[in-house]
Amino acid sequence: MCEVEGDYNGLECNQKIPVPTLNRKCMKCKEGAAVLIIRVNDAFCRSFSIYTDCSSVLLAVSGGAASCSMLSQVQEGLSREAPKKLRFMPGIIYIDDGGACGRSAEERQRSNALLKSIFTETGFPYFIVSLEQVFSLPTSVLVPGTSDPDPSNLSYKQAVDQYVKEKQTLTEENVASAVAQLSIGDSVYSHKHKLALERLFSSLKTLTAKEDMLQTLRQHLILHIARENGYSKVMMGDSCSRLAVRLLSNIALGRGAALASDTGFSDPRYGDVVIVRPMRDYSSKEIAFYSRMFNVPSVFISGLDTKTHDKASIQRLTESFVTNLQSDFPSTVSTIYRTSEKLHTVMPPQSQSAEPASKCLLCLCTLDTKEDKASAFHATLVSEQLSQIKLQDLSLDAPGQSAEQCCTEGQGCGPGGCCSSNKLSSHQDLKTLLCYSCRLTIKDMVATNSLPPYIITEAEKRQKRWEMLLHNLNK
Amino acid sequence: MPVQCSNCVQRRAVLKRPKTGHSLCKDCFFWAFEEEIHQTIMSAGLLNRGETVAIGASGGKDSTVLAHVMKVLNERYDYGLNLLLLSVDEGITGYRDDSLETVKRNQQQYELPLKIVSYEELYGWTMDAIVKQVGLKNNCTFCGVFRRQALDRGAMMLKVDKICTGHNADDVAETVLMNVLRGDIARLRRCTAISTASDGEGAIPRCKPLKYAYEKEIVLYAYFKKLDYFSTECIYSPNAYRGHARAFLKDLESIRPSSIIDVIHSGETLSIKEGVKMPVQGTCSRCGYISSQALCKSCVLLEGLNRGLPKLGIGKHHRLHGKILAQEPLTEQEEKKLKPVDF
Repeated sequence: MCEVEGDYNGLECNQKIPVPTLNRKCMKCKEGAAVLIIRVNDAFCRSFSIYTDCSSVLLAVSGGAASCSMLSQVQEGLSREAPKKLRFMPGIIYIDDGGACGRSAEERQRSNALLKSIFTETGFPYFIVSLEQVFSLPTSVLVPGTSDPDPSNLSYKQAVDQYVKEKQTLTEENVASAVAQLSIGDSVYSHKHKLALERLFSSLKTLTAKEDMLQTLRQHLILHIARENGYSKVMMGDSCSRLAVRLLSNIALGRGAALASDTGFSDPRYGDVVIVRPMRDYSSKEIAFYSRMFNVPSVFISGLDTKTHDKASIQRLTESFVTNLQSDFPSTVSTIYRTSEKLHTVMPPQSQSAEPASKCLLCLCTLDTKEDKASAFHATLVSEQLSQIKLQDLSLDAPGQSAEQCCTEGQGCGPGGCCSSNKLSSHQDLKTLLCYSCRLTIKDMVATNSLPPYIITEAEKRQKRWEMLLHNLNK
Repeated sequence: MPVQCSNCVQRRAVLKRPKTGHSLCKDCFFWAFEEEIHQTIMSAGLLNRGETVAIGASGGKDSTVLAHVMKVLNERYDYGLNLLLLSVDEGITGYRDDSLETVKRNQQQYELPLKIVSYEELYGWTMDAIVKQVGLKNNCTFCGVFRRQALDRGAMMLKVDKICTGHNADDVAETVLMNVLRGDIARLRRCTAISTASDGEGAIPRCKPLKYAYEKEIVLYAYFKKLDYFSTECIYSPNAYRGHARAFLKDLESIRPSSIIDVIHSGETLSIKEGVKMPVQGTCSRCGYISSQALCKSCVLLEGLNRGLPKLGIGKHHRLHGKILAQEPLTEQEEKKLKPVDF
């Protein structure tokens, strides 16, 4: 890039003199910095003009550089808008997934405290939620809500009420009481839930499935908090590089139908809460420069795939693949990003209220498991059929044989014939409610009853509804 | 403790299917493999009764297995097809000449008529000569484009109704990944199609009966059936971009064996926004072959080779098409960009 001298000068200037003076120094790096600032600010100005009601925005912060940069940008953007009559405050949410990643209680306390200090400095209301809370979520999380046609049309009284509410949530105790319904204040969780979470993650046999499940549960939790506290938008801090990796790994996971929602700017699948990704134009390199230059505080928190080898999971493999390819072909990430911009999600012809059952139970995307005659999915089913004896034949024979057959399937059964028909049927039932890639995740799961209660209840409900429908049709 | 075959349960299993992980005995595996191809052909309506079908045969494992299975299924299910072998000689010494010997042996083993077309007779250039001019980096482009046309020309000479190629699941998955990495949205949409659109105006439709068959299973099938095939990689392929996609796919397969089909599923279910610029099919003004530009790719490539400007076909050059058609000389600046890299 530029010479070391120029860079050093630029940084020094940054500490004493405001931004415009940087332009006088080394052209190359200043041009880089100046463009970055302008672009980032511009992007936020634009997104804020679209979403004028900032109090309905929830920022999902993981502690990493990208989400913390997003937080600092929001702060800066808002401070420039300060002269307006009411001061709206976005909320911050952090999900503490230490229970799934195997971090100790002390480590979690430590990182939570660090994050708390960052959040309190911003002055925004924040929620530090532990992943264990998924075990007390209601089933409404799995049902897409209907979106308010005109969210910015608040009456004056409502706006004032909200403002007063925001003012109140500034103090710590009130933050705690606001989330009291989930009975957490500062990431407190019950021992029972902790064990349940550990059981859930140990029943997932592959790291790929674990990461997928973690992502799903995190989304559900964020969605719930957003709904409970009246937030209609959630901002995620995914950078361009992260999204390119996600696009490729989603292709490998079979999520082709939902690529646009998973990696696009806005993700409307939940109906009333929209997920937006304002940082998707910035590569991780740009974000790193930005955080360095503007001293953005961030906390590194190890995740599921930290320090694992390249082939530990599909997501990890894709990340190392893209990063390596990027060093040889510098346009890789931007090309993948451009490809993702040209995709869209096929929406079913009418509103979600008509057919809730046609959405996947876990990821809430439209089901892509229609058995088209000539498709990869159909081919998979044919292969499954051809490689094993039909199950109906088996049930007529001795039950001992069915146990043997299950074992050769590789279901991971223990000795003593634990594969009763119960387990088989629960796997089958769940499968019909899931999209292609969620099926693969559940396939890697040994005990489907370790799923959180809200998922199991909703699954049973949908299954009963389906059976009733069939019964009525047959009449 | 020997594992029993999960299909017939009587015989001992000799292999584990890479696709599903089931353990099968030899006969059940053969049957499952052939049956899946049969299902693919039937459900996609690939072939019709009485048609003459050319099987693209290179002597490699995919085309050998394809020829064998097509013959078996043609007899078993009475497809009523007229099968023949079509082979392309690219002129790569030490690779293609050996594999052609294999094809000639296949012709005798399967008792199918054989036709060989060569780059030399069609274009006046062999791959060896092309690589000498182009270098080792972009030569796969030349070979692929020329081969496609060579197959079509050969098929037209034989007056066939359809062409079958041995593209397997790994190939299709690699193509999906490569198209995402290269940002080729038009190809991304088309590459998962099991057969090319048959417009009825000149181009002979092509299909891939092995589209859902794993490469590993094809190898297992060929091995257990003791089929005669040529198993060396093309000597010019190591530097191809496709190699990256292939390495990635192989790693994916080692993590989760169903990844290959999952990638194909993603490729089939993804949808492109409306309003994205797509190429329109037309014909080449020089040779009449189908093309989305004024000049088809092979005419452009050939022109470049003949003029000593091998980079003419690589990268964007639509503006030069007019000049080429009008046989005008290119300016010095344009020529400089298109000359081969000089060390």
